[in-house]
Amino acid sequence: MTTAAQPIDPFEAIEPSYLVAGRTARSWLLTTDHKRIGLMYLMTVSLMLAIGGIFALILRIEHLTPGQTVVDAMTYNRAFSLHGVIMVWLFMIPSIPASFGNFLLPIMIGAKDVAFPRLNLLSYYIYVLGAIVVLVSMLAGGVDTGWTFYTPYSSKAPSAVVPTVIGIFILGWSTILTGINFIVSVHTMRARGLRWMSMPLFVWAMYGTSIIQVLATPVLALSLIMLGLDHWLDWGIFDAARGGDPVLYQHLFWFYSHPAVYIMILPAMGVISEIIPTFARKNPYSYKAIAYSTLGIAFVGFLTWGHHMFVSGMSLFDAGAFGLLSMLVGIFSAIKVFTWVWTLKNGAIYLATPLLYAFSFLFLFVFGGMTGVAVATMSLDVHWHDTYFVVAHFHFIMVGATLTAFLAGLHYWFPKLTGRRYSERAGLLSAVLVFVGFFATFFPQFLLGNAGMPRRYASYPPEYQVLNVVSTCGSWILAIGLLATLIYLVHGVYGGARSGDNPWTSRGFEWRTSSPPPTHNFVTEPPLAIGPYDYTVPEEVIHHV
Amino acid sequence: MEELMRTLLFLPPQASTMARQVDHLHYFVIVVTMISSFGVYIAAFWFNARNRRRGHDQLTAHVYASGRSEATMIIGFLALFLVWWLIGYRQFVQMAQAPADAMVVYVTAKQWMWKFAYANGRSANDVLTVPVGQPVKLAMTSRDVIHSFYVPGFRLKQDVLPGRYTTLWFEATAPGVYPIFCAEYCGVAHSRMRGEVVVLSAEDYAVWLRDDGRDGSGVGVANSERLRDGANQTGPSQLVTLGAQIAERRECVACHTINGQTHIGPTFSRLYGSWVTLADGRRVLAGEAYLTRSMMEPMSDVVAGYKSVMPTYQGLLPEPEVAALVEFIRSLRDGPVPAGVTLPRLTVSSQADAGDARAPEEEKK
Repeated sequence: MTTAAQPIDPFEAIEPSYLVAGRTARSWLLTTDHKRIGLMYLMTVSLMLAIGGIFALILRIEHLTPGQTVVDAMTYNRAFSLHGVIMVWLFMIPSIPASFGNFLLPIMIGAKDVAFPRLNLLSYYIYVLGAIVVLVSMLAGGVDTGWTFYTPYSSKAPSAVVPTVIGIFILGWSTILTGINFIVSVHTMRARGLRWMSMPLFVWAMYGTSIIQVLATPVLALSLIMLGLDHWLDWGIFDAARGGDPVLYQHLFWFYSHPAVYIMILPAMGVISEIIPTFARKNPYSYKAIAYSTLGIAFVGFLTWGHHMFVSGMSLFDAGAFGLLSMLVGIFSAIKVFTWVWTLKNGAIYLATPLLYAFSFLFLFVFGGMTGVAVATMSLDVHWHDTYFVVAHFHFIMVGATLTAFLAGLHYWFPKLTGRRYSERAGLLSAVLVFVGFFATFFPQFLLGNAGMPRRYASYPPEYQVLNVVSTCGSWILAIGLLATLIYLVHGVYGGARSGDNPWTSRGFEWRTSSPPPTHNFVTEPPLAIGPYDYTVPEEVIHHV
Repeated sequence: MEELMRTLLFLPPQASTMARQVDHLHYFVIVVTMISSFGVYIAAFWFNARNRRRGHDQLTAHVYASGRSEATMIIGFLALFLVWWLIGYRQFVQMAQAPADAMVVYVTAKQWMWKFAYANGRSANDVLTVPVGQPVKLAMTSRDVIHSFYVPGFRLKQDVLPGRYTTLWFEATAPGVYPIFCAEYCGVAHSRMRGEVVVLSAEDYAVWLRDDGRDGSGVGVANSERLRDGANQTGPSQLVTLGAQIAERRECVACHTINGQTHIGPTFSRLYGSWVTLADGRRVLAGEAYLTRSMMEPMSDVVAGYKSVMPTYQGLLPEPEVAALVEFIRSLRDGPVPAGVTLPRLTVSSQADAGDARAPEEEKK
């Protein structure tokens, strides 16, 4: 870590960086510093990514042959449920908001911390508690319902459904607390003179995400409580044999889980909206388009849940309405892509690892997004629903877009977090490996879906083998890419060259303080007079306006 | 071109009247997807090559999107997506509305098998035999959890739910054998819940109809229930007749006449396939779904002019009895004379009933 003997920044002498402000374990575990909490989240969600990834590798290895390869059907079913639950609730949902969001949001609005720092620490420990409950019950008890917990299977199956949903219920509190914290911070903690339309776009993304978190998560909690009562006390809310309605569960579940998709993708869009202007050295082609489409996605995203249920038994009118509204969400995403590409068109571009990841994001997000519009097209969805096509589509969005953006952000803000550089050459190479590995893993799955292979199949007819083998080989390339990333980043933390305060010469607000930042983020009045995407004036001007 | 696209996309051969048009929309959507994603990717690298940064502190002027360029872009994509939606919705409506002359097969899904019961009383496990060029409507229900009936060759899929009937119709275009998959996770053997649709030419189908079904796969669903209930073993095996018996035994006919007269409940005569006006003003089509719902939740769709006095039959009627009742009501769609007389009749030998005697044991598994 940095030492006080070598001040990079004159301010370091006044206040040490957040990393060295206290060195005891207690100073980390009981910290209310949003940066430390963000870093703890980053470590924890990365661990969850690794665990979820190991289950993914097991699933892929099992599919090397049509019959049983390494695990039996029940183990396979439990493994895909674990993979789904871990990736969705323990990695994707908290990934960018809780780590980078926590770290950066207060700095980006020129604040010392979030509005409720102790609540922030509490939300971290609630997350850890929820994660432990979920992992213990799923690993020890076994759950094979998939992450969707469809009734009446989940309410009848003899499995650890109840403790698992209690764990997810606990996790929901953590999500809600983080969301409330961000919303209140953005409303009340902005530096003097910082208007809404001058905020960094990442803050807009966090704001939109938080709104969804606060509004949608209670519905998940509600449906999980009802599922738990059905399973534990046999209430029969979703049991058709006693007048309950199993499809009601699907409506309730997707009313949360579709907006949850935007909890996963909006932060990713926020990361890309920061990286592209920095590396293109250009203002976003349309700031307003990105900001407003974020809000558009956050609100219209609540009205599209029915497109998960075109073949579940819904009226023609409902299906048509949900199809139409889903198209509308596609438009908001298209606006963003158009804006990013035209920002590059006018830019002065420097290609480094974060931007290379952003390019991967553009390709994978457009592919995943357009196939999303495709599966929202009702007659096509009838063929694709619950096949590998859908699996490929949402992995393009969740892994292709969100994980890529997470990695892009991790490289982009690595100097901000640590004050060090990672090996740029290793970074570029790994970015290529991750992209190739990802594409090789999931592109064949689109074709598998076309060919008709349903998802959640422990064994499959032999005609699907070739594509499955290609997909499995791809997953190994992806795993190597991610492992390499872990190695050179850890090396960067301990042995990387010092980065200086602003290695990317960005105008982003978070780069206007030292890297790593001091405990209270800014030692002077935050110099935010020049906008976060303004490259028309020389850098010196920023600190003297 | 058609074959090339289909092969490139790994789509199975098109085997239903819907498959071809669904595939055409598929090609349209996928080609646009490919062009846009590769287009964006190439554009990003192209701009990177063209606009390299000349110095780390290079200054650039602000460039903003014009309102016109943004509007053009939004309208362009909106138009494209709306075209997809329109075509997709039209096809979806087509998928939902079975032709009136469709032959009905009753499907019962359970962990982890498919049971197909034909109007003539015949039934089979995991093998659905249908004639080519004839619309077939499946009236499906589940005995346990949610399943999903999926035939990739037909490009069709429909969830199968406990406690209610859903329907799916198709018209096979070529004789052959097409796999059936369960597409909704339903337990440990979900991936083994497979079956097949055997599409026969009209002549072969006629032969199959005459055959007594001793191929080992046939277990009479309706008959097995009849056996369990201790009904007459040598009685008629037609589903319609069974339905008539059940209507009598369950005392449906105490309130619902079959000759068109108004009584405590609406008459069964000419009910099936008609539009019914409900007490709350809604109009619903009296199909399998409506009839089943009215048996299970009589309060949900009370017909205008009637009192809601019917008790629920939830848990009292096993699925095969529901199927038989629906088939019975369907047979009255043209009036009091059962249309069942036009159905192909089978002479059921005593051997067939002996075979069905195995069924109760099998049910317990």
